[in-house]
Amino acid sequence: MIRVLLPAPLAQLAGTTAELQLEVTAPFTQRRLLDALEARHPALAGTTRDHASGKRRAYLRFFAAGQDLSQDAPDAALPEAVVRGIEPFMIVGAVSGG
Amino acid sequence: MSRIRVLVGTRKGAFILTADGKRQRWRVQGPHFGGWEVYHLKGSPANPERLYASQSSSWFGQVMQRSDDGGRSWETVGNQFGYEGETSPHLWYDGTPHPWEFKRVWHLEPDSADPDTAYAGVEDAALFRTRDGGKSWQELPGLRRHASSAQWMPGAGGMCLHSILVDPADPRRLHVAISAAGSFRSDDAGQTWRPVNQGLRSLHIPDPVAEVGHCVHRIARHPSRPDTLFMQKHWDVMRSDDAGASWHEVSGNLPSDFGFPIDVHAHEPETIYVVPIKSDAEHYPPDARLRVYRSRSGGNDWEPLTSGLPQKDCYVNVLREAMAVDGLDPCGVYFGTTGGQLYASANAGDSWKAVVRDLPPVLSVEVQTLP
Repeated sequence: MIRVLLPAPLAQLAGTTAELQLEVTAPFTQRRLLDALEARHPALAGTTRDHASGKRRAYLRFFAAGQDLSQDAPDAALPEAVVRGIEPFMIVGAVSGG
Repeated sequence: MSRIRVLVGTRKGAFILTADGKRQRWRVQGPHFGGWEVYHLKGSPANPERLYASQSSSWFGQVMQRSDDGGRSWETVGNQFGYEGETSPHLWYDGTPHPWEFKRVWHLEPDSADPDTAYAGVEDAALFRTRDGGKSWQELPGLRRHASSAQWMPGAGGMCLHSILVDPADPRRLHVAISAAGSFRSDDAGQTWRPVNQGLRSLHIPDPVAEVGHCVHRIARHPSRPDTLFMQKHWDVMRSDDAGASWHEVSGNLPSDFGFPIDVHAHEPETIYVVPIKSDAEHYPPDARLRVYRSRSGGNDWEPLTSGLPQKDCYVNVLREAMAVDGLDPCGVYFGTTGGQLYASANAGDSWKAVVRDLPPVLSVEVQTLP
């Protein structure tokens, strides 16, 4: 099981807790993880990736295992610690405000 | 006794205000979708318990919500707004070509007869329609593919399609307005379109008879007079009596003819309301006095309505979607401000009362008159 940490607005939108455990089948990539997330919670479709382009939304970042994975290709392999459920895949909203 | 339900979209969620037909004691519910921008929510005329809401965020994009119990509960529905086929560019602010990109839904217009059918006006400007209660949305691409669209340019707020009027006498006739492209009409249910901007004069356009490029802020009409349209343009209040084929100015004695909303009295087709704003640079009322102006003659002769509204030190704005009327007699008029006040008048504007004063900035106001 892969652990995913959602920002509070998305957890609220999906009606779930901030931390989720997702069943993801190989190959273990961002694309497969986000596909599994949207399959489990259809309300989140399009909220982390633009529907038309499939690109990560500009004000979100993906962090895991001490790394910034935001610029990784959607089909790049996830860190082993994420695949093994040791570290969560974190979806983080950009900080804003004054 | 009839009931009133006011649907308020704000920068940080939606609020639902309810009262009985006296419109004196209000209950405020919300926020729904707290923290998200709600550009618009509107109820179905065919089934007032069916509401559609546009929920969006710069972080998480567009979410669409639907309620079947008058806003007590909501479910997410389809949020995929894909432009049909290839998209050619429009103009960017600097005059260079820019690709069409979906950003958000500005306006929802439920069909008068079928609760499952609704139109959505979006940024970048296009018209979409659902026929399955919001589960899926299909573009009516004839508008975006109009020959003039390569010359459309966004206004400061984005290239938004914000006004959708369906002719009650002929549902195949649609009017829409886009900032800053102008107003457009279809006579074939949205398949083909033509700009209807003759008579508009815009200082930012060098061509005095430009077909497109006008920053139309809002258009409105009374259902009993489908050919008479009223427009609040970037500057100028305008009127058409031939379904948009030609327009003439009716700003008359207004202290400023800049503003955003315009609306029509529920029972008097020649009684219209605007909220003058000082200028396009100063988005607050002239003389720091919040005044609704009413014309009982379809324009030109305007009277200020001030009772109950702040008449000093007022620097709020009233946005294009943020005014509506109810269907009671006397007609109720409602508007929301960027300062978070929701003002209501139960006597056609003669006097006003702040129903609530401290909401987030108000983006839109709609009213349902319930049995």
